[in-house]
Amino acid sequence: MKINEEAHYRNAQLNSRRLFLRNGALALGGAALAGLSGCSSSTGSTEGTVPESMRQAMRYAPRAKRVIYLHMAGAPSQLELFDYKPKLEELHGKDCPASLLAGKRFAFIQGTPLMLGPQANFAQHGQSGAWVSDLLPHFSKVVDEVAFLKAVHTDEFNHAPAQLLMHTGSPRVGRPAFGSWVTYGLGSVNDNLPGFIVLASGGQLPSGGKKLWGSGFLPSIHQGVQCRSEGDPILYLGDPKGISRDLRGRSIAAINEINQRQYEEVGDPETLTRIRQYEMAFKMQVSVPEVMDISKEPDYIHALYGSQPGGSGFANDCLLARRLVESGVRFVQLYNWGWDDHGTNKGASLNHGLRDRCRRIDRPMTALLTDLKQRGMLEDTLVVWGGEFGRTPMQENRGGVTMPFYGRDHHGAAYTMWMAGGGVRPGITYGETDEIGFYGVKDRMHVHDVQATMLKLLGFDHERLTYSFQGRNFRLTDVAGEVVDGLVL
Amino acid sequence: MQRLLLLSFFPVLLTLWLAAGSCSHEERISYNDSIRPIFNEKCIACHGGVKQSGGFGLVFREDALGETSSGKFAIVPGRPAKSEIVVRIKHDNPELRMPLEHAPLTVEETELIETWIRQGAEWEEHWAYLPVKEVEVPTSTTVGIQHPIDAFVRARLQKEKLAPAPRAQKRDLLRRLSFDLTGLPPSQKMMLSFLEDDRPEAYEEAVDALLQSPAFGEHWASKWLDLARYADSRGYERDPNRTIWPWRDWVIRAYNEDMPYDEFTLQQLAGDLLPEATPDQYLATAFHRNTLSNDEGGTSNEEYRNITIMDRVATSWEVWLGTSMACVQCHGHPYDPLRHEEYYRSYAFFNQSTDHDHVSEAPNLIAFFPAEEEKVRKLEDWVREHENKEAQTQVQNWVKRLRMREPRLRPETFTEVVGGIFTDRGDEDFLFVHNDNSFRLEGQLLDDIAAIHLSYRAMSKGLSLRITLDALDGPLLLETALSSRKWPFGTQQLKIPPTAGKHDLYFQFSGVENKKIAGIYGVHFQEKLPGEGQAGYAEVEAYIQELLEAKDSVRVPVMVDRPAEQARTTRIFTAGNWLVPADTVEPGVAPVFPPMAEHNRPLNRLDFARWITAPENPLTARVAVNRYWAALFGQGIVTTLEDFGSQGGLPSHPELLDWLAGQFSGELGWSTKQLLRLMVTSETYQQSSTTSPALLAADPYNELLARGPRKRLSAEEVRDQILAVSGLLSDKMYGPGVMPPQPDGLWDGVVYSGMKWITSEGEDRYRRGIYTYLRRSVPHPFLTTFDGPNREVCLSRRTNTNTPLQALMTLNDPVVVEAANALARDLMTTETSYPELITAAHQRVLFQAPAVADATALLRLYNESLVYYHTSPTEAEELVGSTNAELAALTVVVNALFNLDEFISKA
Repeated sequence: MKINEEAHYRNAQLNSRRLFLRNGALALGGAALAGLSGCSSSTGSTEGTVPESMRQAMRYAPRAKRVIYLHMAGAPSQLELFDYKPKLEELHGKDCPASLLAGKRFAFIQGTPLMLGPQANFAQHGQSGAWVSDLLPHFSKVVDEVAFLKAVHTDEFNHAPAQLLMHTGSPRVGRPAFGSWVTYGLGSVNDNLPGFIVLASGGQLPSGGKKLWGSGFLPSIHQGVQCRSEGDPILYLGDPKGISRDLRGRSIAAINEINQRQYEEVGDPETLTRIRQYEMAFKMQVSVPEVMDISKEPDYIHALYGSQPGGSGFANDCLLARRLVESGVRFVQLYNWGWDDHGTNKGASLNHGLRDRCRRIDRPMTALLTDLKQRGMLEDTLVVWGGEFGRTPMQENRGGVTMPFYGRDHHGAAYTMWMAGGGVRPGITYGETDEIGFYGVKDRMHVHDVQATMLKLLGFDHERLTYSFQGRNFRLTDVAGEVVDGLVL
Repeated sequence: MQRLLLLSFFPVLLTLWLAAGSCSHEERISYNDSIRPIFNEKCIACHGGVKQSGGFGLVFREDALGETSSGKFAIVPGRPAKSEIVVRIKHDNPELRMPLEHAPLTVEETELIETWIRQGAEWEEHWAYLPVKEVEVPTSTTVGIQHPIDAFVRARLQKEKLAPAPRAQKRDLLRRLSFDLTGLPPSQKMMLSFLEDDRPEAYEEAVDALLQSPAFGEHWASKWLDLARYADSRGYERDPNRTIWPWRDWVIRAYNEDMPYDEFTLQQLAGDLLPEATPDQYLATAFHRNTLSNDEGGTSNEEYRNITIMDRVATSWEVWLGTSMACVQCHGHPYDPLRHEEYYRSYAFFNQSTDHDHVSEAPNLIAFFPAEEEKVRKLEDWVREHENKEAQTQVQNWVKRLRMREPRLRPETFTEVVGGIFTDRGDEDFLFVHNDNSFRLEGQLLDDIAAIHLSYRAMSKGLSLRITLDALDGPLLLETALSSRKWPFGTQQLKIPPTAGKHDLYFQFSGVENKKIAGIYGVHFQEKLPGEGQAGYAEVEAYIQELLEAKDSVRVPVMVDRPAEQARTTRIFTAGNWLVPADTVEPGVAPVFPPMAEHNRPLNRLDFARWITAPENPLTARVAVNRYWAALFGQGIVTTLEDFGSQGGLPSHPELLDWLAGQFSGELGWSTKQLLRLMVTSETYQQSSTTSPALLAADPYNELLARGPRKRLSAEEVRDQILAVSGLLSDKMYGPGVMPPQPDGLWDGVVYSGMKWITSEGEDRYRRGIYTYLRRSVPHPFLTTFDGPNREVCLSRRTNTNTPLQALMTLNDPVVVEAANALARDLMTTETSYPELITAAHQRVLFQAPAVADATALLRLYNESLVYYHTSPTEAEELVGSTNAELAALTVVVNALFNLDEFISKA
């Protein structure tokens, strides 16, 4: 289908779906909003309907209906968290063999670096016997819910391009984000909330910035909406100073009444859509602050997550993620910044900064899995954790100089991610790296394979979830990606 | 069964009969009309430019007629029965029948292919690659059609049995025209006089006035900036500032001066290569310096240089030629006759540019402060007067030397490097040297050289440099202290004694500290200033040093090609991967296009630009007129503005497209203003946009143009209109990007960046949207909310969405409320009673009094607001800064007017 026709067709689809309300009649006021109170678990009502155009892309029974993706921006070290390498401990302090360096491109390492042993203590946990270090004591208790991907690899070794590859399937700008593809494919469930929401903690956005949740060439309605912890959670959500909610309601009523007459006179269907959007905007002004307000959560929930009403940070974001998916948001993307442990200073080192950051994520991410499970939502909510690449078994030595603290350089050849829920086979470890954790030696998964597998869990054939743009069909997995069925229950 | 077969045969016979126009089966079948659509839909996915399954591909005729892997010939002209394609599409065995695993071709399609082969399997080039046809304007029997555009459009409408819409109301028409030509609503004054003026020429006078308005250039420039991916920042991680607004101003001026499109093209693609290029022509080339650059620590600059070149290839082809080249980066074009190597032949044109993702963004065009500008001028005059040989070329060399610091030898050309570390990474793209480190520059002819300009970053006190000839311990050419103040980066002139012949130069550095003492960026050899010994020489000669040391006014990244001796070799990248280079290629264009004029030197960007603007280029004028058409009519004659290839849309009015293209490049002399004038003076443009369900059903996308265009305003127009009707809009033009209010903290999250959004003061708060500082990582919300791009890649079309976030913005943005308040205040100075106030407000915002029902709704809102503010004076105070309830209530009403569909649309 030609792009323009397709755009018109999609618009028409959107419009007809929006227009289930009677034409132009106003549905304003304090309507109770289903699924927004936070506690009413409403997995039933969050299924929504798959757009007709997506039927042929949806080739599998969906196991996951929604995704929570926890991205540790900066790339945490797999060698301190999950990928235990006793051999590396033996080699600690020795020169890196030239054979490992030949033909490799590094971001900062120059000359001959030294091997660096694990800077944490490892033990096996749970029935599955998964290796986790003592930096994540809480998470160690839920490993039987989790599938570890030990040999993920990427083509990029710089943050922004690698994050783009991870989240848009291409290291260059301009492609839609994972969450955009998912809302494009699955449609929206809750008309009062965006389908793709982004929360960022750690004081900075990821290096890839907002393009990590841009909609690329997909209609901008699929763009991720960043909810902020300060100011309006969504830009311009709050009424202007001096205009009350009642007055705002009345002014929208006047606007829509006049717009309705405009439609009757001119006949442009876009006008009808606009009327509906003003209704939705009015409802969002209530529904968004409500879902973002965690103060009404019971104390035991706050104790579980370590969240603090009125505060901000990863713990609050994990709790918000649960509230958002509960309210029908399809894709919740969390970014936590600061995992770039080169060893250049204390805060960015394996022996200090990494420990602090692990303390900040350990309890909340564990709580998220526990909480979803106790609500019966883990089985159809896919939770994914990872960075944009891993870190080298060698100690970083930029400019040929050993760093003052323990740190590792960027490493795309092998790193660890984990997934849980949403049809993922729990309690398994998939993939294996060599004895120093440099290369994957078994069951390697490229970033595109991870994406293809996640799409399958959502029911999609990643080769069919496409969008025609500039003369070709684009997809999240570019021209690659193999589904790993071993990860699917 | 028998019956069914007969039935299904009947349409075939009918089709053939229709196609023939008589009963003869030997009437020619057109490849483009009948065969290409079948191939493209059913065959090309497996037998195209990417995959040639079974050794059979359909993109090029010579491939299609060649021997396939099976040894058979798929197409034997004149012999359908011998043609394997016919055998296979008719095969009974589903494992052999084509297309595999898909429904078989219809009997009708099969017949067409057979007949076409029998007739000789003649190929036709895709329509857009054929020369623009000379088209006669249709003569019509209908009385009153005077405008050629109407003749074309009406001829088609007659065929479709549709009647054109009546002329739009004068108010709607002028508002539409004003937005389309200037991006702003008309002034109240202009509207009033237009409504009162019943003379037939009133409309054309309005057209001319709007074409002459400075706002014209601003409006059309903002469209061009989407194509050029213009932004005030560099993109990627830190997304630091880039000073390139002088180029944006160049575009505005070019539109306002109506620079012919061919000239506009030449200057932007290759202004630097024009003979005797002026600084303005260098500035024009910043078009292609709008590419992203990546300063993230650890990123390979050569990698990002390659990405930049790829972007320039793709952008040039999309903007000027409506061709999607990006496919061809990795493999042959899947559908169009462009082979893999053609991409790299285009790449070769752009591969000679000096820029290389360096943190300094070199080469930059330096615009000095006036005192220094005077020195440049005097120095140029001096050279012109005193140079004996090729004075103009010499002047050019001096301009390049002083304004662009080019050419320079950079670390990748240094040899015998001792101790220095060349990183080629992120913002550390220097040869870093420690004490006593050295490098060699090979074979430099020194006869005419008076000085060496060393570009470097000083990192230690007490820096010094020794330059020796032909060996590290060879004869000393120069020993000198280096300034330690060159941070982050600067250039120093080092005069050398007269030296004859060609020499290897050894540079050896020393400093007082035991660490990196300097980062070396480049070396330039400065020729002697002519006219030595003549009066005034010493003064002018001193300017060189002064200009190198001068504090710049503005530096803008521009294109400057490397000198011939530093020319890069272009290779095909296997599967588009720059780390896997294959065969060498020469610059050039695909054989499907008209050939390029040959020269005795390697072809360069200027040749490419001249080929684009040559009258015989089939794409340039078509693509351009189609863009202008789309800007006015809501969609192009070819809907895919960016793709005129075989997967793009077919023209809805092919003859009109060719006629317009012919006019544009011919009679109109590539004048944009004349072209737009031609379009907007047509009756087709002036139709009412009101539509009926029946017409909507017959022509949902208005391809046939039986009504006028109606569309939502662009992001810039939404903002500018609110400021314009409220009287706040500043008409100040040009200059650095401004920072109107935006929500706090938007820039805070950008990593490793200290950049701050500092809200502009005074009239800079109220400038047109085109002047808003555009940071790629976080563009201003007005732009992104209303579908503006973040300008990372070339964008031919913005998609118009309709979202609740837009409603929230025009309802709640403090800037919108401020504008509503300003207009309310202004109205209250002239009117006092409220029904009149509301009428006046409607008049100011929409240029007419409200309809009765609308007036009632607005009045109700006014009264409800009034009650509220009477009882809550503090709320009034919050809204309008005083307890004046009438003012607050009117502000609420104006805010509502700013949200009317009619207001944010043009109809």
